[in-house]
Amino acid sequence: MSAVVAEHDHHHDDHDHGPAKGILRWIITTNHKDIGTLYLLFALAMFFVGGSMAMIIRAELFEPGMQFVDPQFFNSMTTMHALVMVFGAVMPAFVGLANWMIPMMIGAPDMALPRMNNMSFWLLVAGVLMLASTLFMEGGAPAGGWTLYPPLVLQTGKAFPFAVFSVHLLGISSIMGAINIIATILNMRAPAMTLMKMPLFVWTWLITGFLLIAIMPVFAGAVTMLLTDKFFHTSFFDAAGGGDPVLYQHIFWFFGHPEVYVMILPTFGVASTIIPVFARKPLFGYSSMVYATASIAFLSFIVWAHHMFTVGMPLAGELYFMYATMLIAIPTGVKVFNWTATMWKGSMTFETPMLFSIAFVVLFTLGGFTGLMMSIAPVDFQYHDTYFIVAHFHYTLVPASIFILMAAGYYWLPKWTGHMYNEKIGQLHFWLSTISVNILFFPQHFLGLAGMPRRIPDYAIQFADWNMISSIGGFIFGASQLLFLYIVVDTIRGGTGEKVTDEVWEDAHKHGLEWTLPSPVPYHTFTTPPTVIPTEHI
Amino acid sequence: MKKTKQLFAGLTLLASSQQGAQADYPLNLMEGITKVSNHIYDLHMLILWICVFIGIAVFGTMFYSIFHHRKSKGHKAAQFHENTTVEIIWTIIPTLILVAMAIPATKAVIELDDVQDSEMSIKVTGKQWYWDYQYLDNGIKFESHLDEASEKAHRLANGNPHSVPHYLLNVDNPLVVPVNKKIRFVFTAADVIHSWWVPDLGWKKDANPGFINEAWTFVPKAGTYRGQCTELCGRDHGFMPIVVIAMEQPDYDAWVKKTLAKQQEKVDLSDLTREDLMSKGASVYLKNCVSCHQINGSGITGTYPALTASPRVIGPIDPLIGFIQAGTSRMPAFSKLKDDELAALLTYIRNAPELGNSVGDEIQPKTITPVYDDEDDDKK
Repeated sequence: MSAVVAEHDHHHDDHDHGPAKGILRWIITTNHKDIGTLYLLFALAMFFVGGSMAMIIRAELFEPGMQFVDPQFFNSMTTMHALVMVFGAVMPAFVGLANWMIPMMIGAPDMALPRMNNMSFWLLVAGVLMLASTLFMEGGAPAGGWTLYPPLVLQTGKAFPFAVFSVHLLGISSIMGAINIIATILNMRAPAMTLMKMPLFVWTWLITGFLLIAIMPVFAGAVTMLLTDKFFHTSFFDAAGGGDPVLYQHIFWFFGHPEVYVMILPTFGVASTIIPVFARKPLFGYSSMVYATASIAFLSFIVWAHHMFTVGMPLAGELYFMYATMLIAIPTGVKVFNWTATMWKGSMTFETPMLFSIAFVVLFTLGGFTGLMMSIAPVDFQYHDTYFIVAHFHYTLVPASIFILMAAGYYWLPKWTGHMYNEKIGQLHFWLSTISVNILFFPQHFLGLAGMPRRIPDYAIQFADWNMISSIGGFIFGASQLLFLYIVVDTIRGGTGEKVTDEVWEDAHKHGLEWTLPSPVPYHTFTTPPTVIPTEHI
Repeated sequence: MKKTKQLFAGLTLLASSQQGAQADYPLNLMEGITKVSNHIYDLHMLILWICVFIGIAVFGTMFYSIFHHRKSKGHKAAQFHENTTVEIIWTIIPTLILVAMAIPATKAVIELDDVQDSEMSIKVTGKQWYWDYQYLDNGIKFESHLDEASEKAHRLANGNPHSVPHYLLNVDNPLVVPVNKKIRFVFTAADVIHSWWVPDLGWKKDANPGFINEAWTFVPKAGTYRGQCTELCGRDHGFMPIVVIAMEQPDYDAWVKKTLAKQQEKVDLSDLTREDLMSKGASVYLKNCVSCHQINGSGITGTYPALTASPRVIGPIDPLIGFIQAGTSRMPAFSKLKDDELAALLTYIRNAPELGNSVGDEIQPKTITPVYDDEDDDKK
């Protein structure tokens, strides 16, 4: 089914193009692996920063009454937690994976635009640092929610223009990253790697890249209008000057809905890559997976106002956005069925990457169910802006996107470092995370249904018990992630000491080109393209 | 595996506890008291059960596979990777389920949208951070703030939320409506977007500044129904609840009469004792000032000025009156305060030990005359 091309072996002794020495290596690097590492480590750091904010939120919500923070600071925490997690952790982590894996998966020597690659990483750092700096400004960090709805967001203090400019920087960084990924995939595939033979991770990122290019300018435009409303007396969103605050919500969610798929489509790609390897079977329905991803991406552009069912839309609008949103269940269902069918009659083993992937399929599906429930507009008149939606999107982000990022870490770390992680601690991390994430988020469904609004720093007594349980789950989940940090550091420094093979996982070389390379991967790979590609994944 | 057990246990509980909405561990959506809220509840249960059955089928298959198709049991991997028939079936079946769900959902949307033939109208204005109600048919108009007990319990360091009945879900002036009448609500906001939600009525509606939204309800039985603002609206978003009291028609008529009479009363300008001034002042302060200037008068550094030892507060009285009545670009105008309220408030902020001020004077309602301080409002 597949054959290994031996070309790369010669490069072991080729030190001419090795990395620069010292810290400069990381600053000026144009190597896709170095930049991938930078992205991943930065995302991991931001995961802990955003996570600390979540811990503050859960501590304040541990019991009724105001215990630790001021309500305004609480609002800043919910806002910053979301912005840091979305733009600082999840998105960069997937860009990091794309940098590392796409060239290796398609048989390319590097990304198409290596210098832009470096620039897009450092702009990301600048953007996130600027965002973080708002925490220390007069009037505090933005506290109007990550959606930055006017007129509330215009009440932000000195931090406001900095938040807007940081969004601009993050947007430029994302667009450059997306251009780079699309250019790489479309131009640098090995000759035998036709589009319909690409691994699904590559496919999902190709589609995600187009999403990013389409939406980031929209978001940049929206925040620029906020900026001119605040400082230059325009009235885009101010009724007194002929504007409309709801206009902002339409623009924002035209960006925002595809944006949430930016965080989930690559997740689908990684799951579709990992599950077949550990089921020892080809992926079920490769082409339907590709079409389903494309359909989901298309639908994401025409459903935005389901975030706004209670904003006061005409009847026809309510109905259209309800029907369109319900449609998303179909391609998403196809994906879940395909993953299940891939496992069916396989010969499964349950190493940590597989465990996280299975948990992803189950828990993402739960998040999908609540999503389907909320697509029903009249029922959303009850669910909207309660903890039910908080539970919903955390199920689709934490035990989905974050779990798959963990799975990807366990799956590819041995390839990247040449060391094996400690399987026992990995499984401990998995079980702690999976149990605690459910203690954390499952009760939030109940809270929302019982009537607890989101984004409140304090609540009525009848919500006390579930909140305390949720907080306890949150603390366990937060602490468990320190195990992941330990495993990453430990694996980089030698792990179990076991010598890993080139394919690492049994027969993995049949599933992806990256497993035909040596472990650890040399600094430069596929300087000549491979002539034969694995086809087990198709 | 543990996962699904938890999940199913949760869902079973969820299904079996429809009455438990006010218990300590509420699980399911409230059925509510209106026809609309019941329809929404039924839709919610329908789709929940559909999800449960799909979940059982999918996860059941998956976990069967996980138990039996594992390498440690010597299972050999099959090599199939597509099956057009199966793929068509699992595309068509969900489509049919969706169509089946869309029909009752569409009916409910149309029902929610129909504000025709209402018998009375109430205008609801969201403000930072309270609700303003105006009965368009009889001219009743009042503000509805979080009750004092909840204010104190969440603001004071030694506050105890557990001792407050309906903590954070109680107001000073509840919205009173008659039963068995179709009531139209119109929503707007004065500053930022708010959202008005009483779960028992079955819906929420955003209150957008500069625009009008409509919704309606028909309350079939008398009772007290509580809710909250559900659109993040700033620092005290969590502290602007909604209380609706539905009354039988005669009780409602009596309430209207009493409220109108009270509304038309002249302000009582007679002198008050120091204690009365201070306690009344404290309650005016709690409603109108505490969100920004804080319960101890400290303000928020860099955002809201402190009242403690503020020259403006403890200085000459007439400019202070003008300042409060006119407001500035950063502080709203409090011209709505009646002379007796303003007098009490002034006495309180100048003398309250909890604010750290002790001018030692008493301001009586009679002495209030509007004096506007035109010079340089923004300086401080």
